[in-house]
Amino acid sequence: MEKQQILDMLVDICEDDIILENPDIDLFEEGLLDSFGTINLLVEIDNRFDISVPITDFDREEWNTPNRIAGKLAERQ
Amino acid sequence: MTPYGNILFFIIIGFLLLPTILAGLRGKPAKGYNIFISIIVLALIFGNSLTGSISLILFTVFQLFLIIGYQTYRFQKNNSYVFISAVLLSILPLVLVKVLPLLGLHHVFGFLGVSYITFKSVQMIMETRDGLLKEKISLIELAYFLLFFPTVSSGPIDRWRRFRKDLHTVPSSQEYQKLLLSGINYIFVGFLYKFILAYLIYNYAVVFLPDQTYNYLTPFQGQIAYMYAYSFYLFFDFAGYSAFAVGVSRIMGIQTPINFNRPFASRNIKDFWNRWHMSLSFWFRDYVYMRFVLWMTKKKWIQNKYTVSYIGFFLLFFLMGIWHGLEWHFVVYGLYHALLIVSFDKFERWNKKHKLWPKNKWTQAFGVFLTFNAVCFGFYIFSGILF
Repeated sequence: MEKQQILDMLVDICEDDIILENPDIDLFEEGLLDSFGTINLLVEIDNRFDISVPITDFDREEWNTPNRIAGKLAERQ
Repeated sequence: MTPYGNILFFIIIGFLLLPTILAGLRGKPAKGYNIFISIIVLALIFGNSLTGSISLILFTVFQLFLIIGYQTYRFQKNNSYVFISAVLLSILPLVLVKVLPLLGLHHVFGFLGVSYITFKSVQMIMETRDGLLKEKISLIELAYFLLFFPTVSSGPIDRWRRFRKDLHTVPSSQEYQKLLLSGINYIFVGFLYKFILAYLIYNYAVVFLPDQTYNYLTPFQGQIAYMYAYSFYLFFDFAGYSAFAVGVSRIMGIQTPINFNRPFASRNIKDFWNRWHMSLSFWFRDYVYMRFVLWMTKKKWIQNKYTVSYIGFFLLFFLMGIWHGLEWHFVVYGLYHALLIVSFDKFERWNKKHKLWPKNKWTQAFGVFLTFNAVCFGFYIFSGILF
């Protein structure tokens, strides 16, 4: 699992290239991700990397930027 | 005795919390003592009604058995039907409390806080299902969580893993000073909101509106004035109560999440639900909407994922509506908000493509204005004055 793959996945889900420019952007603050986007993200994480993240484990405070999401996924691999 | 209902209640808990504060200021734990005073305060709150007390005890024991029982099961197996049965059993008493009065059985079963304990219990069953509660849970700590007296009657709805962390952390003397100060600050905000602002708005505006305006307002203006007055009353009353609950929790070393974050300054309707009665809306978001959408996405019964999301919103707000009571105005209130969210979501996606609605301070100010009025109209429906 490359970090680039995670960023590409986020670009697909948020439909915005700003993620590549600023991987520390707060996805929820900026309205790039909401509850619905989160579900798509969890489904895609499962499809692309075979990592299953339960909804209740997805804490918005800890999964709020592309870099943090990449970090969280690296921990779980 | 109603929690935070009169000054006597505050004097009693102020007195009971003195040892808690003294221990905290010396950096010492007060968990045991806090559990002890919780029993006293619960007795004060529920003691006036025998059926209420018995219902509460039976109900709590039932929920404790259910949570611990499901967790014990989940250590070995993970059948979906067992999970669904556990959730249904957990909400069954709440459903009965809501439905029985419709059948003419008023005082059989029902007491203050039944919903809020149910929310916590369902949350624990779901997190157990997700494999997040792997450690054995202490029965006393679990009962303390479910019946935590500052929030027992009307929330905010805390989360077990967060609560437990606070319970097992002994703040240093300095950390506790900060907690204590912010706790006292919250309590005074509560006094201002609930006992001054909400009281004044209610007694000098809401009770007279919409009709008794002594011909000062036309009937239509009376309705409009009622809509705004009622909305502000609702906010100050409940935000005031929530501030008390958060403040008292902090003095006891528990950082209960806040319930309101300047909701009338929301930029749009999604923003509003992240700021209004937050612990409830997050509960519905996490345990109803998101679970429903994820489940439907996995089953692939409906191809269009936006349709799934919209059904999810209607489900969420319909349930939130009837949770307030099985009456038409609550149902319509729920569906009205679902409609607002779905419309806004469609607009947001349309604008992402066409970029016709720019993001600047003017559009933002307009958004705040529009959201505020849409929300007040929602409370107008909610008040039950229309039907």
